[in-house]
Amino acid sequence: MTETSNLQRKMHRTAFACVGIAVGMVGLAYASVPLYDLFCKVTGFGGTPIIRDANGSVVMDRTIAVRFDSNVAPGLNWRFAPEKPEVKVKLGETTTVTYKVTNIGDKASTGIATYNVQPDLVGTYFSKLECFCFTEQTLQAGETLESAVVFYVDPRLVQDADVKDLTSLTLSYTYFPSKGGKPVAEVTSSTKPIAQ
Amino acid sequence: MAHAADAAHADHHDHLPSFWRRWFYSTNHKDIGTLYLIFGFTAGIVGGLLSIGMRLELQEPGLQFFSNPQAFNVFVTGHGLIMVFFMVMPTLIGGFGNWFIPIMIGAPDMAFPRMNNISYWLTVSAFCLMLCSLFVEGAPGSLGFGGGWTVYPPLSTVGHPGPALDFGILALHLAGAASILGAINFITTILNMRAPGMTLHKMPLFAWSMLVTAFLLLLSLPVLAGAITMLLTDRNFGTTFFEPSGGGDPVLYQHLFWFFGHPEVYIMILPAFGIVSHIISTFSKKPIFGYLGMAYAMVAIGVVGFVVWAHHMYTVGLSLQTQAYFVFATMVIAVPTGVKIFSWIATMWGGSIRFTAAMYWAVGFIFLFTVGGVTGVVLANAPVDRYMHDTYYVVAHFHYVLSLGAVFVIFAGMYYWFPKITGYVMPDWIGRLHFWVAFIGSNVLFFPMHFLGLSGMPRRYADYPDAFAGWNMVSSIGAYVFFAGLFIFMFGVVYAFVRKERAADNPWGEGATTLEWTLSSPPPYHQFETLPRVIDTGH
Repeated sequence: MTETSNLQRKMHRTAFACVGIAVGMVGLAYASVPLYDLFCKVTGFGGTPIIRDANGSVVMDRTIAVRFDSNVAPGLNWRFAPEKPEVKVKLGETTTVTYKVTNIGDKASTGIATYNVQPDLVGTYFSKLECFCFTEQTLQAGETLESAVVFYVDPRLVQDADVKDLTSLTLSYTYFPSKGGKPVAEVTSSTKPIAQ
Repeated sequence: MAHAADAAHADHHDHLPSFWRRWFYSTNHKDIGTLYLIFGFTAGIVGGLLSIGMRLELQEPGLQFFSNPQAFNVFVTGHGLIMVFFMVMPTLIGGFGNWFIPIMIGAPDMAFPRMNNISYWLTVSAFCLMLCSLFVEGAPGSLGFGGGWTVYPPLSTVGHPGPALDFGILALHLAGAASILGAINFITTILNMRAPGMTLHKMPLFAWSMLVTAFLLLLSLPVLAGAITMLLTDRNFGTTFFEPSGGGDPVLYQHLFWFFGHPEVYIMILPAFGIVSHIISTFSKKPIFGYLGMAYAMVAIGVVGFVVWAHHMYTVGLSLQTQAYFVFATMVIAVPTGVKIFSWIATMWGGSIRFTAAMYWAVGFIFLFTVGGVTGVVLANAPVDRYMHDTYYVVAHFHYVLSLGAVFVIFAGMYYWFPKITGYVMPDWIGRLHFWVAFIGSNVLFFPMHFLGLSGMPRRYADYPDAFAGWNMVSSIGAYVFFAGLFIFMFGVVYAFVRKERAADNPWGEGATTLEWTLSSPPPYHQFETLPRVIDTGH
């Protein structure tokens, strides 16, 4: 009898350990969301620009073209464009550019911008000091807003074998519609058939 | 086990419960195994018919059968999901695993028989949900989900607003829960219920393969469950895990999916490795060559399988160093796999080989799996994959390892264990005829896909330019031949049951050394009430 209950206890221990592993793996899957976000922010993975407090780098005599791309997602009646499509900057030089965004609709609406740099590998060298990234903006009908981005391209770029010969990079912004601090995916979802 | 428990059980010995109780409330590992085998075969027919639909459409350029090409995509998706979750896994793990793991390790049943029953019926419910998903709206104006078995967002979020994918996600949840419970059951059984004297290092290789598979399931399936739950809340409850407008990243889904998806391919093939080892050893009349190397090669494949997932994602913009790592790690897997292939060949070397039906299928597996493995090494190279990504070359590769790998072993196992499971003999010529039809059919079906892929034909399209017409026609003919082979198998099963020629306890002779051959054919309803004592298994 004791032998049987001994086996029972051993089996239950194994089973509970297994349940623990399974639950732990679900937890890890969810933990990967903030961890991945943090990982991208720290390493610039996938073209995530690095946000820094100050520019402590030395200006180098090497110029790189920074192009600006701007998009508005469907569902938001805004016009959004950079002042200049491209600027040539020296590596390490702090630069300010402005984007102009106008609500061309007849109602007040709220948008939120997300951003990225291309090529993906250069994210870690594109350093932003100030930007309008990820704050919500509400524009009245016809209202225009000018937003500034202050950035520099980290001179350490020349030491990276993958990107040292790069002559241009692109900073891309997209405005998405937003409601009450939360994005409204429903507005952007397409309702037309994808095939006939 | 104590004597009191023995006496209590002796009353029930071979006293069968009523039909309803036996097959619907079943807690007997052999009955559940049988149910899984029947279920897996049925699901395989459904998945096979979907693929026949695809081949009919692709036989000629232009649209013949699918007026809406989105319906073709739904067929592709359904075929993939059904074959992975409802054919290969239930048959190899649920079917053969339940039937033979307890017997091979000398245990009276699985550790948690009632949980085993829950696993089975969850799988059946999942399959019903999956079938429902085919008949409700997915993309606007069409039925079913057509975004591929990988279910990548944003096509699976904003691209399919209808409820089809919600059914699909819930089906995967249930199938996943069933597999996790099954995995816990196998791990507990194998770790705690081995007969006295059967140490882990004396355990048959099929038991080893199931132990590794169960751990892979336990570690990878919860990640899939998490990822598709995020997808479900993204779709229905306004979360933005994979939605850039809310700060999410669709590529994160791909990482999570393939962290599950890559181990999943080993989940499908490792049990097959175990079964092939027994068949090769039995019909070469030799113990398996390099037993410990074989066991630990499977462990190594399992471990390394968790750190190679991004080789499915070379085109998402990984840095050069990351790609170099994944190329290297992926190629490392060829080493333990090579150990297995060469050990099977070394087992046959100098053995007294008998070419029974099961041996045909097992040797056919070794050859075809090697072909699929070699194209896998080609695809492991990031620069090559840049060209091959999402072409028919990839389709050819994974069908060589799964359709010609796992499926060939399912039939090898069927012909090997048929006399043990049913107690009847199936004439050997049926299995051999089925083998040649399937071997020719499947190669005619999948080999031309290499050429199509190399010339750039993308997968998951209902139509193609005329330049690809020739090989697609050949491929379709192969599909019909392969499918026709199934009727030979079904005929064989019916014929054996009609003929009722009793099988011997061990029809395969002295080469068959595992414990199931020491029992009657079919085994008693409850076996090993006195546990067998393993003295020397002679590995």
